[in-house]
Amino acid sequence: MSEADDKQQFIPDVEEEEARSTRGKIQLPNADMPIEDEGRFCSARPHVEAPFRGAIEKFLNWARSQSLWVLGFGTGCGAIELRPLMTARFDAYRYGIQGRPTPRQSSVFIIGGYVSLKTLKRIIRSYEQMQNPKFVIGLGSCTINGGMYWDSYNTINRIDNYIPVDVYIAGCMPRPEAILAGFKKLKERIRAGEAEGANEYAEHFDWYKENQKRIVKDWDMPDYNW
Amino acid sequence: METLLSDLESRFGTTEPRQQRADLAFVRCERNRAVDLITHLRDREGYTHLVFFTAVDIIEQGLFRLTYLLHNPELHTDIGVEVDIDREQAEMESIHRLWAQAATYQRELKEMFGIDFPGSPRVDEPFVLESWDDIPPMRREFDTKAYSEHRFVARPGRETHETTEHMKQKLYPEEEA
Amino acid sequence: MSDTRLYKGIDTRYIPEEPEYVEFDAAERGGPGDRGADVGETGAPDVDLESGKYLKLWQGPNHPGITGNMSVELTVSGDTVWGLKTHVGYLHRGFEKLMERRTYIQNFPLVCRICVPEPDFNEYLYAASVEDLAGLEVPEKAGWLRILTLEMARLTSYLQWIGGQIGAFGVGTVGQWTITHRDYMLDLFEELTGGRIYHMYIIPGGVRGDLPEGFEERMEALLVKIEKLLSEIDLAMFHNAVFKTRAKGLGVITRDMIDRYGITGPNARAAGVARDIRKDQPYLGYDELDFEVVTAQNSDAYDRAWVRRQEMQQSVSLIRQILKRIPKTGPIHTKLPNVLHWRIPPGQTWHRAECTRGEYGYYMVADGTIYPRRVYVRGPSYTHAIAVMEKLAVGTNIADIAGLMVSLHTYPPEIER
Repeated sequence: MSEADDKQQFIPDVEEEEARSTRGKIQLPNADMPIEDEGRFCSARPHVEAPFRGAIEKFLNWARSQSLWVLGFGTGCGAIELRPLMTARFDAYRYGIQGRPTPRQSSVFIIGGYVSLKTLKRIIRSYEQMQNPKFVIGLGSCTINGGMYWDSYNTINRIDNYIPVDVYIAGCMPRPEAILAGFKKLKERIRAGEAEGANEYAEHFDWYKENQKRIVKDWDMPDYNW
Repeated sequence: METLLSDLESRFGTTEPRQQRADLAFVRCERNRAVDLITHLRDREGYTHLVFFTAVDIIEQGLFRLTYLLHNPELHTDIGVEVDIDREQAEMESIHRLWAQAATYQRELKEMFGIDFPGSPRVDEPFVLESWDDIPPMRREFDTKAYSEHRFVARPGRETHETTEHMKQKLYPEEEA
Repeated sequence: MSDTRLYKGIDTRYIPEEPEYVEFDAAERGGPGDRGADVGETGAPDVDLESGKYLKLWQGPNHPGITGNMSVELTVSGDTVWGLKTHVGYLHRGFEKLMERRTYIQNFPLVCRICVPEPDFNEYLYAASVEDLAGLEVPEKAGWLRILTLEMARLTSYLQWIGGQIGAFGVGTVGQWTITHRDYMLDLFEELTGGRIYHMYIIPGGVRGDLPEGFEERMEALLVKIEKLLSEIDLAMFHNAVFKTRAKGLGVITRDMIDRYGITGPNARAAGVARDIRKDQPYLGYDELDFEVVTAQNSDAYDRAWVRRQEMQQSVSLIRQILKRIPKTGPIHTKLPNVLHWRIPPGQTWHRAECTRGEYGYYMVADGTIYPRRVYVRGPSYTHAIAVMEKLAVGTNIADIAGLMVSLHTYPPEIER
């Protein structure tokens, strides 16, 4: 980066900010600000992290698949079968799966079941606060096509319109063994290099945001939480 | 409980007493005497526990029927007080001074049915819904399936098997619909 | 080693002190030992948000889910909470509206999902209401099988809860033990009904299946294990100095609050008010079973936990009694009319049951068509989590709010259905 970093004050690099700016694309709260001040409000869009090539990426993928830290946000019914996973009987810890309380320290977000409108806002916020690379598992049939609550006025029908999903685990509730099988599938996908949900989110950011804003009518959060 | 029901009839003009079981009875009361009736039941007859109160939408007659269910912990009996209010001007006197929990029920009824309880604390605050833009959802004219299809995108490929149609096809394939 | 204890003249030896117990008298709210603040009749202290001394903090829905997704908005000053507002609605699926769109028989897979740790109470109450309105009689064996599943559900729910209660205060071991034993109980549920969590076993007219071979022996072996676990929980939890210090005096419910707030279940019984629906208005076969209503003196978090632990013991003995009484032969289901065209005559009914949290009830209104007109689910957490919690939280620490939520056994899905 430029020598500007050595100085104490933040002087934005105008070309870079221009490239990252969302001006004209989505209407953000800092849309009318001059380009030099936009950066103070973290207006950067997520950008695609190109994977490394060859053996390095294989090694990194192997490492990521062996240490999956799950965000401890029990969004719906599915949370009840996650607790037995952490006991000695099913023991997810030997697979490297443990729960973390904050999105900053977790890499897997398990959407446990149906998602109501209120929860969707918080899911989006938590998802965006997680750091790359991040994976999403949709647990139960409610994430696939709405499940039992398909005609409910408060639950959404397809979670992957709003955040990208890597693996779906069908069932109502899926047993802990089924959840472990789902994790196994996720690991295979990570090692094959197919679990690129975070990059997909960055590439199709406008589409996701438009879907989210159409559903969540009172969008009173900052648009970007990373 | 029969003495209680006849006593209420003479004092408050309640109608349609129904003794459903030995420990459950329903009466109907007029709107402007209902809160007096409930206060009398709570203070003098020993029905101190408010179990719930909710509304049933009777759209064919254009009214909401509020049901207050009170329980007497000494005699272990329940009495349900039904109050009919108009559907267009849905408003009822608040009972939040009688029970501290009643304010929550009133908030929910305001949000789900649109029944106003003037004076109830925090009655306009949304209770369970967020980013809601339509009529109160528990009203019968609100079609939840149409709303869900309109607002939420479904995954293509869902088929519906209407059970009556399916059984008719299976059992009586020769008959016309 | 000898002089390192005095560092810069300060004596740094650590001598842990015995926590001092003060005998707490519930009649004197605000007396010694009460950790809530005395706020008088309205229950709301005078908070001036402009003064800059108060901070609004959200203890939001992002938590592992032991109480379900509910968030509380705290107004704190330093470490003391002066105001609390409960926000629910994260799990609202609109059950009551959905139930109006489905026929009576299509509803029974839906109702068990209203309360996740103990779905059988929902199934039983729905079935009882439909039977009441339709005039069906349930055979005796089905009644006993129903009460067996209800008591098993009560045990699993309490096992999960007790791990959560002390987990909220930082001790994770008890939770690991109890969830494992709950898993063994869920295995038995799976043998009986086919599903671990959502059983859909109790349907209008009876139950769906009979007891499998050897069920009684396996259940007895598990009950012996659970009794041993309960004695270990006594040592690890109820004789634990940390739990005692944190839970005594937390969230005291006095007797005059019970009817004003509609408090039921162990929260009320821990205050000395002996109300138990299984004794007062017995349903199913409870009038033939032998058990005592458990009460305690002051309803603080410790006493509520104690009451619930005694009720777990009570459930174990009830299951033993029930298993002896189940008739060996007999039908388990009455004949239903064609369920696709089942029209129930107009009427209304109310049924209640004693679930682990308190008084659970279903109010059903039928209007003569194939769909129910209105089904209302009365959950005990409706009053506990909102009005009661907002009153009890005043004056406590931020760290104790989680413990308070769990000790009232609040469960949001039944608040917002």
